[in-house]
Formats: sequence, structure tokens, C-alpha cells
Amino acid sequence: MKLKVIGFVCVLICIIASCQSDAELEYKRYYTGGAMMYMSKCQNCHGANGEGLSGLIPPLTDTAYLNKNRHQLACFVKYGIKETIITVKGKAYEGAMPANVDMPAIDVAKVLTYVGNSFGNKMGLIPVDEVNADLAKCK
Amino acid sequence: MRKLAALALIALAFSACKFNNADKPTLPIMGNREAVTKTVNGKTVVDTVYQTIPDFKFVNQYGDTITQKNLKGDIYVADFFFTTCPSICPIMHRNMLKVYNEFKSVPDFKIISHTIDPKHDSVAVMKKYADKLGISGNSWWLLQGDKEKTYDLGQKNYLVAVKQDDGTPGGYVHQGWFVLVDKQKRIRGYYDGTDEKQVAKLIEDIKVLRAEVNTQIAQ
Repeated sequence: MKLKVIGFVCVLICIIASCQSDAELEYKRYYTGGAMMYMSKCQNCHGANGEGLSGLIPPLTDTAYLNKNRHQLACFVKYGIKETIITVKGKAYEGAMPANVDMPAIDVAKVLTYVGNSFGNKMGLIPVDEVNADLAKCK
Repeated sequence: MRKLAALALIALAFSACKFNNADKPTLPIMGNREAVTKTVNGKTVVDTVYQTIPDFKFVNQYGDTITQKNLKGDIYVADFFFTTCPSICPIMHRNMLKVYNEFKSVPDFKIISHTIDPKHDSVAVMKKYADKLGISGNSWWLLQGDKEKTYDLGQKNYLVAVKQDDGTPGGYVHQGWFVLVDKQKRIRGYYDGTDEKQVAKLIEDIKVLRAEVNTQIAQ
């Protein structure tokens, strides 16, 4: 009898666990992959908490800026920024951001999903299809 | 038997106390050294001569000429960087800012950052960098000058690697060491400027070094 109850509970747990939707799993996959990429490619300059560096390097905490420029972000990551003055949180930043020309679109999508959902940002999943479309429009 | 154990415990406790009292932290003296034999009062004695940082002449972000004279009586931390560095410089100076903020109002402490790309990093560029980094006053100097002399100072005196290499991102090879130098211009510590923990250790060591120097002066 006892064994039956335990078995039943186990089955129930399995069902609940697998209830995590595919979308949710996809998001988690992007987010964790993006976290690793952020550490190796972005953190040196933008900081572990996306805080930037004084007036030299902009923070990644300006949610309004990220939302407004959502479809530019992939271009920034892949092709870098040159001679453009960026205004984040009311502060102007100039100077260059290195490009990551060899970074595949899926990695760009992952790192954007990480940044877009860390440091107080809540942009949700930024899928690879969206990134591909945005990259095609880079100037 | 029990009495003996108690006695032993007490003895142990006492010796522990004594040990703690005697254990006043001091920093090692680093760099090359040589033994020099000299005659003092008719007796031959062997003395250790420690490597010191020689005089140099560079220009800071305000356009002022800086030599060892301007660092007389100061403890300082030196590092090598360049303003357009894409790799480790931002994290080094994020960490150096912590050191700056801790000691910026201390009169006998300075930070000097040598640019290894003086062609690009003119005085104006360095001033702009300083402003954007949010540093002012005279406790952190960004020094610019002859490229060969900067490289020599780094390699021969601070014993850190600095060289130009167009194959690496940004075009220069350099290590992220923060070098701690005492008032006698001797090297007292190396800290990885990209490692938050080591920089915290540097801040503690600066306090130890300042205390050491002050007691020496008091004697």
C-alpha cells in the first residue's frame, strides 16, 4: 500500500515537472547559454551586474533604452559601435565597442536574452529568428 | 592526569596569545636583490641591497611633468594600460577605482597608470579618460611619455610584461598587475588587477604598509 502511494507521488511529480512548457525550456536554454557568453565577452567592460564603468562604458540597466532600441541590439553585439554617441540613462557615451563578427546569430540571441532579462530588465525571450531579421537590417 | 591535561591546555592558551601578539603583519620586499659587502667601523658586514624603481620623467593628465621627486615620501601603486584597450583595462580600472576611493584623501598615497600607447594617448586624451572615469585631483596620475622608456620601466624595473603585438586585440600585450611600491621605492607586492579578491588584498596591504612606514618614522 505504502509503495503504491510513493509510486503515485513519483508519477505525479514527473508529470508536473514535464509541464514546464517548451517555451519556458527554450527561454532557460537561451538564458543560461547567454550567461556564459556574457561572462567571457561582455563582463570585462560592462561589469558583473551590468553597471558599466563610470562615464567610459555605458551600463546595461537602462530598460527603457533597451526596449526602444530592441531591434538595434543584435547589430551592436555583432558589429560593434564606432563613432556613435549613445545616450543611456541621460548620460552620453562615446568611444568604440568591439565587434564580434564571428558570433553566430544563435549566440547573439542567447546573450541578448541574458542581458534583456538580467540587471532589472524584463524583455523576455529574444529568439534567433528575430535576431536574424534584425541582423539583415544592420547599417 | 586530568590536572596535567588542564595545565597543558592553559600553557597552550598562553602560547597562542603570545604568538598572536608577535604576529604583526609585514609585507615582503620583492624584486631582484644583491648582497653587498662593506666595511663599517672596521668590521666587514654583508648588507642586502634591494631593487628600487629608478627616476623617470613623464607627463600627467594635467600636462605637468612628473618624476620620482613628485612621489617623494609616497607609497604608490603602478599599472600599465592604454585608453583604447578592449580587453582587461576596463576591469583593471574598475578595480583601481576602489583603491582610489579608499585612499584619495590620504596625502602620502598615489596611483600612477602608465600608458603603453603614448602615440594615441596624448595628454588631452588622458584628461578626457580621467574625467570620464570620474577621477580628479592629484592622487591618481595617468602618465604619458617616451614609449621605449615606458616599456623599459615596465620590463626591467617593475618586472611586468609590456610589448606591442599587432596580433592581439588592441595591439598590445600587457599583464594586469598592480605593483605596490613603498616610500623607499622598493616593490612590496604584485596584485592581479582583474581579480576583485586580490585588489581587496591590495587595499589591506596598503594599510599595513602605511602603518609600517609610520612606525619606522616614529622610531
